[in-house]
Amino acid sequence: MKPTFLPVWRTLASIDRRIIYLLLTIVVVLPLIIHPKIKVRVSEPVRAAFESIEKLPQNSVVMISIDFDPSSAPEVQPMLIAILRHCFKKNLKVILTGQLALGLPLGEIALNQVSGEYNKVYGRDYVNIGYRPGSTALMVGIGREIRDFFKTDYRGVPLDSFEFMRRVHNYHDIALLVTLAHGAVADAWIQYAGARFNQKIIVGCTGVNAPNMYQYLSAQQITGLIGGLQGASEYETLVEKPGAATLGMPAQSTAHALLIILLIIGNIGFILSKKKI
Amino acid sequence: MSSDLIGTWLAATLTLAIFSFLYRDNPLYRAAEHVYVGISAGFAVIYAWAFDVYPMLVESFKVHLGAKNYFEAYILIIPALLGVAMLLRSIPKLTWISRWPISFTIGIGAGLGLIAAIQGYLLPQIFDTLRPLININNAIIYIGVITTLTYFYFSREHKGLTGTVARIGIIFIMVAFGASFGYTVMARVSLLIGRFYFLFHDWLPLIR
Repeated sequence: MKPTFLPVWRTLASIDRRIIYLLLTIVVVLPLIIHPKIKVRVSEPVRAAFESIEKLPQNSVVMISIDFDPSSAPEVQPMLIAILRHCFKKNLKVILTGQLALGLPLGEIALNQVSGEYNKVYGRDYVNIGYRPGSTALMVGIGREIRDFFKTDYRGVPLDSFEFMRRVHNYHDIALLVTLAHGAVADAWIQYAGARFNQKIIVGCTGVNAPNMYQYLSAQQITGLIGGLQGASEYETLVEKPGAATLGMPAQSTAHALLIILLIIGNIGFILSKKKI
Repeated sequence: MSSDLIGTWLAATLTLAIFSFLYRDNPLYRAAEHVYVGISAGFAVIYAWAFDVYPMLVESFKVHLGAKNYFEAYILIIPALLGVAMLLRSIPKLTWISRWPISFTIGIGAGLGLIAAIQGYLLPQIFDTLRPLININNAIIYIGVITTLTYFYFSREHKGLTGTVARIGIIFIMVAFGASFGYTVMARVSLLIGRFYFLFHDWLPLIR
């Protein structure tokens, strides 16, 4: 007897990609509009990153390096906002810099948004020293004197005109370095600033980069890791201020479920078609 | 109409233009792609001038000259010349001059990179791998490292014991690829969520 189910599976194994795009759009958009509540479980690497900031005494200096650009902003920008909220809540001093020219405006947007929430003042509580090319030489050079590369902030105001910056000269004066990266810049910070100057570092990175960062976490070369949108939502949970990442997680889950279903259907269809041949 | 509103509409239009590629390649998509490349390049040039060339070369030269620090002022001519030499790559007859700044850059990169690779990567990772065999996790790390290294050992044919160990190495490599791919899928879906969030939150206020 001729099996009737085989052509159906064969069809499912070769669904038009545009139908898959449409399904993906539906499963992403619907949770964003309905926004069902889901419980976010905080993982150890993210908790370790949170604790690294939490344990810092007041007025400690945290340097945040914007090492991502708009192409990774949906994943990394929520981390930046959550970390800034944490730093300002703890009354830490923030130095913003960056290794990617296209990323600096994103840092500026986040600073403007979060500093207003906590009544923080530019120059007194935070500065933006901007961008300089030559990342690895710069990372080594900051170990000697930050002014060799950044004499002024991004507006051209001398660093020494800011009170807290007068005591910042090199990594000894920076309690924690936060690199928010979408590429190999995080590796460079770890290998140059971390290994050479024992700079304490936490990494926030895209999902693509996260697996490569676990080896540094395991070797204690970094003290915490925030990976992808999931990591960002965990950090938002810890600072008790849900944002774009937490809102995006239900959509992330439904999209993953759809992809798993499609993978199973596609593989079953492929196996059954092969058997028939 | 405020500049924010114009910016949002422009960004939304460009996003939809890029999304239109999902159906098929079209002029709207290509226009958006070229706009992105052009703006990124222009932005990088302005940043390089405003945050690098002007403050660290032009302004520094003026300041040192004004303070009669002639050595600090005139030594800046060397990087300036190297920078100009790099630009000569675009002139076929003078391309050879650009090899000097390139060799300078490669020398610095290799010197810095070698130290970082050993001090910041190889040694810490070796130390972390050499763990006491007191639990199952450490044993898995040992097995994973040894079998994977065996897979990449090509001086001996992968037969017999070497072949068996190399095949176990493949399993570890596949698990690593799987984890990496899973994270990549999550990352790409996150980008899609980010764009839809923008469209339905900033452009069409459907998300509160």
